[in-house]
Amino acid sequence: MDLSLIIMQLLSGIALGAVLVITALGLTIVFGMLGVVNFAHGALFMIGAYAGLYLASLTGSFWWGLLLAPILIGAFGMLIEFLLIRRLYGRSIDDPLLLTFGLSYVLVEGVRIVFGSDGIPFPTPPQLIGVLDLGIGFFPRYRLFVILLVAVVLLVLWLMLEKTRVGLIVRAGARDPTIMQVLGVDIGRVWLAIFGLGVALAALGGVLAGPMRSVNPEMGSLVLAEAFVVTVIGGLGSIVGAVVAGLMVGVSISLVALFAPEMATIVMFALMAVVLLIRPQGLFGVKGRTA
Amino acid sequence: MPKSGSNPFRQKISRRAALAGLSASAAMLAMPRLGRAADETIRIGFPTPLTGPFAAEARDQVKCAELAVKLVNDKGGIAGRKVELLVRDDKLNAGEAATRTLELIEKDKVHAVVGALSSAVQLAVNEVTRARGVIYISISQSDTINEARDFSKYTFHEALNPHMTTAAVARQTLKKGMKVAHLVADYAYGHEMLRGFKRAQAAIGADNVGEILHPFGAADYSTFMPRLMSMRPDVLCISNFGRDQANAIKQAVDFGVKQQMKIVVPVILHNQRLAVGPDVFEGVVGGANYYWGLETQSKSAADFNAAFRAANGGAIPTDYGAYGYSGVASLLLAMQAAGGPDTDKVVDALEKLQYDLTKGPQHYRKCDHQSVQSVLVLESKKKSAMANDNDLFAVVANDVGSDDMLRSCTELGHAT
Repeated sequence: MDLSLIIMQLLSGIALGAVLVITALGLTIVFGMLGVVNFAHGALFMIGAYAGLYLASLTGSFWWGLLLAPILIGAFGMLIEFLLIRRLYGRSIDDPLLLTFGLSYVLVEGVRIVFGSDGIPFPTPPQLIGVLDLGIGFFPRYRLFVILLVAVVLLVLWLMLEKTRVGLIVRAGARDPTIMQVLGVDIGRVWLAIFGLGVALAALGGVLAGPMRSVNPEMGSLVLAEAFVVTVIGGLGSIVGAVVAGLMVGVSISLVALFAPEMATIVMFALMAVVLLIRPQGLFGVKGRTA
Repeated sequence: MPKSGSNPFRQKISRRAALAGLSASAAMLAMPRLGRAADETIRIGFPTPLTGPFAAEARDQVKCAELAVKLVNDKGGIAGRKVELLVRDDKLNAGEAATRTLELIEKDKVHAVVGALSSAVQLAVNEVTRARGVIYISISQSDTINEARDFSKYTFHEALNPHMTTAAVARQTLKKGMKVAHLVADYAYGHEMLRGFKRAQAAIGADNVGEILHPFGAADYSTFMPRLMSMRPDVLCISNFGRDQANAIKQAVDFGVKQQMKIVVPVILHNQRLAVGPDVFEGVVGGANYYWGLETQSKSAADFNAAFRAANGGAIPTDYGAYGYSGVASLLLAMQAAGGPDTDKVVDALEKLQYDLTKGPQHYRKCDHQSVQSVLVLESKKKSAMANDNDLFAVVANDVGSDDMLRSCTELGHAT
């Protein structure tokens, strides 16, 4: 088989993985820090796409949509934490799971009522329409942009968590919230911010996916399943795990598509099964951690 | 069966059952006229996937089916009896569809069933109706139920079938010596369309350079694109349905596929063109059963559009909507001819029926009950060529219906 074809295939796998990474990241951060399995993550991804589309058409520019939708939906996420999820801390892990599961239905139905259940076109920003000649083949400019943007977001996130005081508090809070409270940190505010960040990442994923897929109320359900698979492979709560697993899943799907295209969706679940058999806690997960 | 042998009359009547019985009989006494009227209505079951990826098409089916019923009721019904449409959500799931259909027959006592959109659901509905001797008119584009194995005298197929659409599209888009690649949804619908295209391709003398099967309902098609491009075809046939069509075409266009090859689909979908916009679909060619723009060439289309506009605040009917209309309306015409819903008489009437509801003359072929009808080939217009928001397609061809378009009765396994 042609080498350039395999490289092109790898590149599409990385682009696919980039969106997976962004969505799985929000899920895994919220689980890792708050112990909340957010089943509304897919619905918030979808809401993000709608918000991005709406804001883009309002302002006339995709870039405003890309910037404002995660902020707006992130704030909405904080509202959800403040009004609903906060009440369930300290209870069984099933409680927030059921709450967010129900919330996802409310959100999807709400969008159906407001925007209708048909798909809506999300135009690619004019600067990124078309393909770039890479010498070995053509690749959509927009997908290259997505890879770059996700890389930048990851870098910022890493710097924030590892190099700042806020990051220190967040990491310490994830380890032992009680000690943090004893030390005089308002852990409630940290959790509020973390949930908002997780939701903002979901919304960012939605806006980024919008121009690649048509926007419709059900677009989040598949994404939720994919994000879960990625977090399970990477290890629940592990940020590095989400990044590695996201790219791994994207590239696996892409390479399998080359040889056995009809298996492209299944490979992700097969990968998860294998990882669970060999390392039940996931690639970068901590053993024995369930909540 | 140990329990069913026990005498039901010996069973104790619980207080709850007695109360329920009492209130029910009281209700019947209170409303004797209403009860009788319900017995007199002609009920038509209509399973369709109101939730799921084909919801947009399903809703159009329902709107148009309701229109067909309304028009008949406005004229006094059938032999003085009102017609009622019972819409059920099959959730695009064969098991769900079978359960709902069974309920429609056993509990709601429907006189006939029309509907279904996906091939698997259509098979499930047909299983149930066939076993119970209830007429079923399918409006799914898959036609396996017309083959002798699944066929029964109660089975009718109003929609186009893969063989008809792919042949018509191939005639307009393929030439001898052209290279053709296929991207196909890996389930019955995709397989049937692929088979149709390959048959048409062989007849025309075009070469097959490759086929890629993709999982049903995939959101991302990017991973198939490099390989499709490397096949260097002149034409790419994308055989999938609903949102899969919109996503696959959109991503193919993102990868610059249109600069290298023409994109062709077996069935070009009105709602999916709306969902991704004119720039993405520009130049895509595909088959269709109906397009509202036909009204300039066909009086039936103009009448159908007018009736739909009047009932739906000026909106236009879509391709799948037209199926909902012609499926139900052809059944009602046959019931009118038969003087009521008696199954055997209606089957007979459907076989003899010559109808012209949306686009020109149609009839059900005797051997397999496939509706012989015209096939449209449409090309998606570019934005600047659109006269208004609904001006989506140009009519490339309008092939008049004939028995020659169908596979022969012998090929489908029917005795001739």
